[in-house]
Amino acid sequence: MVRLLQIEFIKLWNNRASRILITSYFVLLTSIALIAAIKFDIGPVQFHLAEQGIFNFPYIWHFNTFVTAIFKLFLAIVIVSMMANEYSNKTIKQNLIDGLSKKEFIFSKFLTVISFAAISTGFVFVVSMILGLAYSDYNELSIIFSDLEFLLAFFVKLVGFFAFCLFLGILVKRSAFALGFLILWQIFEGFVRGMLRWKVLDGDGTDAVMGFFPLNAMFNLIKEPFTRLSAVQNVANQIGEDFELNYHVHWYEILIVLGWTAIFIYLSYVLLKKRDL
Amino acid sequence: MPLKTILTVNNLTKKFGHLTAVKALSFTIEKGNVYGLLGPNGSGKSTTLGIILNVVNRTSGTFSWFDGNTSTHEALKKVGAIIERPNFYPYMTAIKNLKLVCKIKEVPESRIEEKLKLVGLWERRDSKFRTYSLGMKQRLAIASALLNDPEILILDEPTNGLDPAGIHQIREIIKKIASEGTTILLASHLLDEVEKVCSHVVILRKGEKLYSGPVDGMLSSHGFFELRTENMGLLKDLLSKHAGFGKISGENGTITAYLKEEMDADELNKMLFENGIVLSHLVKRKESLEEQFLTLTKNN
Repeated sequence: MVRLLQIEFIKLWNNRASRILITSYFVLLTSIALIAAIKFDIGPVQFHLAEQGIFNFPYIWHFNTFVTAIFKLFLAIVIVSMMANEYSNKTIKQNLIDGLSKKEFIFSKFLTVISFAAISTGFVFVVSMILGLAYSDYNELSIIFSDLEFLLAFFVKLVGFFAFCLFLGILVKRSAFALGFLILWQIFEGFVRGMLRWKVLDGDGTDAVMGFFPLNAMFNLIKEPFTRLSAVQNVANQIGEDFELNYHVHWYEILIVLGWTAIFIYLSYVLLKKRDL
Repeated sequence: MPLKTILTVNNLTKKFGHLTAVKALSFTIEKGNVYGLLGPNGSGKSTTLGIILNVVNRTSGTFSWFDGNTSTHEALKKVGAIIERPNFYPYMTAIKNLKLVCKIKEVPESRIEEKLKLVGLWERRDSKFRTYSLGMKQRLAIASALLNDPEILILDEPTNGLDPAGIHQIREIIKKIASEGTTILLASHLLDEVEKVCSHVVILRKGEKLYSGPVDGMLSSHGFFELRTENMGLLKDLLSKHAGFGKISGENGTITAYLKEEMDADELNKMLFENGIVLSHLVKRKESLEEQFLTLTKNN
């Protein structure tokens, strides 16, 4: 396993484009801390975002995992091109001839995906912890370590998304087209949602069915955190709106995404096995 | 000493849709020999190599490496192979590419220096692969294939697309490796290339095997004589009456007489002299591989 990871590491880290993208990704993950610096101080109007409660434990776990998940697109590019490059350089052929089995090849890519997700989760955990300790109004241990399931959801979400990218890379073999396909798929899911809602089902039914589509399932894992913010809820209450959202991470949502991950990895393997190189 | 079998191919067939690229192909490769896999373009050489190297799926038939108890990818760690073009990571230096191959093949990195020196690329070890010329790329591929000190080296058209100097370099390297006793399987359509290094050949045409065995035994031929004398008519008469000769042809003042049975040059010389013919030119030759190959592929 270590050998497979080393192999992938050599391939990725020596590629300048990948190296830059990976580095910028982790810099961006850290940069969420910069939100703390958002401060308006215009005479009587004083606004300091960090003091609005976004860094309160345990809300910070929800907020940070939601926001940082946006940056996963950077790694998506890295993963798609790491796969597509093996085809365009024909190195996949040489790897197999040199004695890597097809199973090992897919497994090494999957391990890379898992590592990316794990390191990202660790990063978000550390950054959030530091921000929370600095700005949170509540610092009891029991509060700090509550709602940690958002980190688990974050990890599963990244693994699922990257596994999808991996599969697209193998399926399409060209990085640009694979990314295009990803966008197309997003549009497709939106289209299905629209058609379902319009012609077939009511709102709840549509949500239930859409929950089984890969990208939608990944998005569902961590709901948007903004309406949970007390400041936002105060405003909403004043204008008579009432949010009734269930913010929690549900076990079946995690299961759906894990299911898709397994499907994507298995399909990648089947594709590689069936194709002549 | 019993011969150690390196590869056994049994009834191997590959179909691409309606096209049958390899048809019921069987042959074995024994340790210590240098094999040529011969055939015109599109005869199924690369497909056959692709199958035994785990990158092309077979339609039917079997093949087994070594004693047949190792999985293909484990066996491939003891094989060195380059097929078609050299494939490496263009953004990595020669040495980094080879380090990666060492990781895949699970061999120590200490051999890199020796192999790079063998192919004459040690000075350029820190240059990126994409800066290499085709000849250098091909030599790097050979170095990479040798990293595990393979039991067999498989080369597919190793001199394809190279300039004369490059071709010469590659051939010298192959000869050197062959002289060290490494088993080699060399696929090529260049007959002189095969003739220079191979002891055995497998000949393919349209996916079918025409011949496999030692180079000498390709045609059941005893060779031929090239003869010249003053009285060509008499010589021709005499030879055509002799039971030992088959086809006799004369062109450019030289008679070429093909043997049907074994006969030494001095025996013929003596016989002709006794019949009053004095030769000014007498050569006994075997058909070149090219002539044999053309005869074989034409007849079938």
